[in-house]
Amino acid sequence: MQELIKAKAVELLENGVCDRVLGWKAGEFFYDVTPAVFRSREEIEKDFVFGPFCGANMSKYLIAESRKEGKIAAFLKPCDTYSFQQLQKEHRIRRENVYAVGVQCEGMCDIDAMKAAGIKGILGADGDGGTLTVHTLYGDKSVERKTVLAERCKCCKSKKLLGCDEIIGGQGEELESNRFAQVEKLEAMTPDERFAFWRGELSRCIRCNACRNVCPACSCEKCVFDNPASGVENKAAANSFEENLFHVIRAFHVAGRCTDCGECSRVCPQHIPLHLLNRKFIKDINELYGDYQAGADMDTRPPLVNFQTDDPEPSVVHERGSEQ
Amino acid sequence: MQVNQEFKPTIVAFCCNWCSYAGADLSGTNRLQYPANVKIIRIPCSCRLNPMFILRAFQRGADGVILCGCHPGDCHYTTGNYYARRRMTLLFSMLDFLGIERERTRVEWVSAAEGAKFAATMNEFVETVTKLGENKRLEDLRCKS
Repeated sequence: MQELIKAKAVELLENGVCDRVLGWKAGEFFYDVTPAVFRSREEIEKDFVFGPFCGANMSKYLIAESRKEGKIAAFLKPCDTYSFQQLQKEHRIRRENVYAVGVQCEGMCDIDAMKAAGIKGILGADGDGGTLTVHTLYGDKSVERKTVLAERCKCCKSKKLLGCDEIIGGQGEELESNRFAQVEKLEAMTPDERFAFWRGELSRCIRCNACRNVCPACSCEKCVFDNPASGVENKAAANSFEENLFHVIRAFHVAGRCTDCGECSRVCPQHIPLHLLNRKFIKDINELYGDYQAGADMDTRPPLVNFQTDDPEPSVVHERGSEQ
Repeated sequence: MQVNQEFKPTIVAFCCNWCSYAGADLSGTNRLQYPANVKIIRIPCSCRLNPMFILRAFQRGADGVILCGCHPGDCHYTTGNYYARRRMTLLFSMLDFLGIERERTRVEWVSAAEGAKFAATMNEFVETVTKLGENKRLEDLRCKS
């Protein structure tokens, strides 16, 4: 797969289809793959990687890149293509400046899951399909991909590549996933238990803003949380309010636009399950206003800038609560 | 001197300029009683209410927040309250998801002719929040004097 993609990148550059390529570059560690722009054949051959750790959502970078001069080719995984379409819908990406190549994805892996599976001294991992080859200090090992998948990939919603100019690795299908299972589990708890759970999770937040910076939906040019007068622009020493406020407002801001790509949880250095907040909104929207998948199409109105005259009243929250 | 230790909640009521604010006015001119700890903030339309305002109110020491607007279909700007309705439903659901007592937030539609409804709503809401006690889960110690 990596070779196919590299060859395609070189081909696009040399045929003049684009003058730069957005792809993945090896970072400091093999599992720390970073998005990068490549401008020449040499750069691609030296640094371009595509492997089990290329989790980064590329659509976010197209916002800035598509406004520059010239055309950029981007490699997009299925979940990236949802964000890609959503951002086009919001007029954030200039489609005419992007050559989108869809790349089929088998699910990205989590280094912590690999370590937890008892593999020691990991030096690298590669391979396509169901089995990965993990290179370790003690020789190569083969590992089932599904045992070391990232949390978000275990309940993948879709392998469909949307709105691409070209596809590598074949078109996929929307999948049946149980991605709301964890949200349901939390909903079944009592308010006190839920409060304790979220306090435990959110109090670890260090307000590094990584979740905001990586989120394709969170791409405002001015952000309320950058305002030093807001009182919530950094971590409060004293109490929990600003964490609650930050994460509630952030989740609310992307409600109806979040494609559930799970980047927020991937980049969180404190491993806070932030995607659960977004999923809660998606689940509520599906239940109250009809099924909606952000980015799945180009013409429907997002649920929060739309209404029906017979929408349920806000008191539905109280009523639903009393049944539980 | 005897100090009254009884808990009096602080309630912030966001009222839309065209219906509920006039409704509050009517309940005043009709001499209907509602507790003095309800602080009314006038907003141009119920959909002006940024979800952040609600959290801010809690931060600055509110124990309950209520939004009053025109009845759905009667919005001065035609559709504002429909949008507000969706937003508030989702926000309240999220606050509940985080374990913040759902009884502290409410939306009520009060028209300019419903002075009695305004007073009754406020009386009832203050009673509910008094029973819940002080807001502990969304307070900001930095804002306590």
